Amino acid sequence: MRLAVREALLAFRRAPLLSALSVTTIAVSLFAFGLFGLVAVNLRDALRQVEERVEVRAFLAEGTTADAAAAAIGDILAFPEVATATYVTSEQALARARRELGEFEDVFDGGVLPASIEIRLKEGARDPGTVGAVARRLRNFAFVDDVRYGAEWVEKLYRVRTIASIAALALGVAFGAVAIIVIGATIRMTVLARAREIAIMRLVGATDGFIRLPFLLEGLAKGVLGGLVALGATWIAATVISAQIFAVSFFEPRVAILGVLCGAVLGLLGSAVSVGRQLKKV
Amino acid sequence: MIRYTSVHKEYPRTGVALTGVSLTVLKGEFVFLTGPSGAGKSTFLKLLYFEERPTRGEVKIGPVSSATASKSDVAKLRRRIGIVFQDFRLLEDRTAEQNVAFALEVIGTPRAVIPAKVNRALQQVGLAAKATALPRELSGGEQQRVAIARALVNDPMVLIADEPTGNLDDRATRGIFELLRSINASGTAVLMATHNLDLIRKNPFRTLELNRGQLVFDSADSPAGAEDL
Repeated sequence: MRLAVREALLAFRRAPLLSALSVTTIAVSLFAFGLFGLVAVNLRDALRQVEERVEVRAFLAEGTTADAAAAAIGDILAFPEVATATYVTSEQALARARRELGEFEDVFDGGVLPASIEIRLKEGARDPGTVGAVARRLRNFAFVDDVRYGAEWVEKLYRVRTIASIAALALGVAFGAVAIIVIGATIRMTVLARAREIAIMRLVGATDGFIRLPFLLEGLAKGVLGGLVALGATWIAATVISAQIFAVSFFEPRVAILGVLCGAVLGLLGSAVSVGRQLKKV
Repeated sequence: MIRYTSVHKEYPRTGVALTGVSLTVLKGEFVFLTGPSGAGKSTFLKLLYFEERPTRGEVKIGPVSSATASKSDVAKLRRRIGIVFQDFRLLEDRTAEQNVAFALEVIGTPRAVIPAKVNRALQQVGLAAKATALPRELSGGEQQRVAIARALVNDPMVLIADEPTGNLDDRATRGIFELLRSINASGTAVLMATHNLDLIRKNPFRTLELNRGQLVFDSADSPAGAEDL
């Protein structure tokens, strides 16, 4: 094992340019992956914020008493999907309208807005299907006149999220594949550059596992180094965007560590695939 | 110790390389292998260290058979075989002693015993004084000695030498051959492929001649025959 580690480290010293090229290409691949990850993280945060605003509003028929509304709220809170249910009186609705739509204040003079119950749903229950189902159940209350939840808006929001998730997955897989190919190609060059050494190792009785180990370690080290460089570059990019354009959030520490580990796995995979194939040729 | 039984080797592109070769080499024997270029000498030797496997027939060295040996068996077998080539096959960026030590390191020899073994092998080939020289700082004969030291360092039961003097002048050739003889005298079997008929004529060792893949002459069958080569 000690020899394998030494050989893996020596590979960096013997071919510094090739090694630097390998680490750089891995870093660039992972940086692209990291940038996309950053977009995905911020998009997810933004969507979560928007999603939190999904609410269902049940407008009550004229003459519904406060007691009836309170009883209904008790029933509604028993729905497993419901987080909060708030009674909004006619006066409160009017006051809010005047506050939020100040420029149309005079329109509301002497007007009447219906009382309503505002319902916020729990996380995970804000998809169009669940929101629609809750709305249908609310319509069954005799004194509920109308239920609104911006059906189209909720559906669009979810469509955007689904597209973003699929794009994240597809691009993640694509960048991952590119990283594996790049690492594989650099390991291939290293194997070919050391063909003589490998041939001698075989002649004197080294096992294939022993011959493979330094290359796997080399791939692992390149993956980790590339991952660290990519992480640093992504952090710089996030800092610059935050300072110059708009605030973006960076990866949580465990996600950052996972990213570097991802580099390590890519490095290991790339070298494992390449070294197995190339060893047959030398 | 070594047994070839009806060995036939055919390559997909170049066709038949060896056909119907059967022979036995005893422990501690010195054997010349000769024949024109393309006769099958290298294939014969590659079959011996299991670089190639016979298309038909069997090569057996000690208890290891070409018919059943796994990759791991082959690796273990090669630790008991020393191999030397015409082109030395040294690592250019490592010193003589590092080249020899390499053969021990890659099979997991404990680090503590490596320097002593390397020193002994270099002394055996008369190169202890040049242990720290790089291959490019050594003459052809000296490089071949380093290669022989590397082949010897694991105390092999057989030393395979594929044209070991092919790149050397007469004086270096004599030196290398004397070295191989002394190695053989200490009990290691030596199989040496060579074109040098002069060397064969002057030394009364068993001689095998290959021609077009067939074993056309074995001096063990006709002891006086080496004179006819």
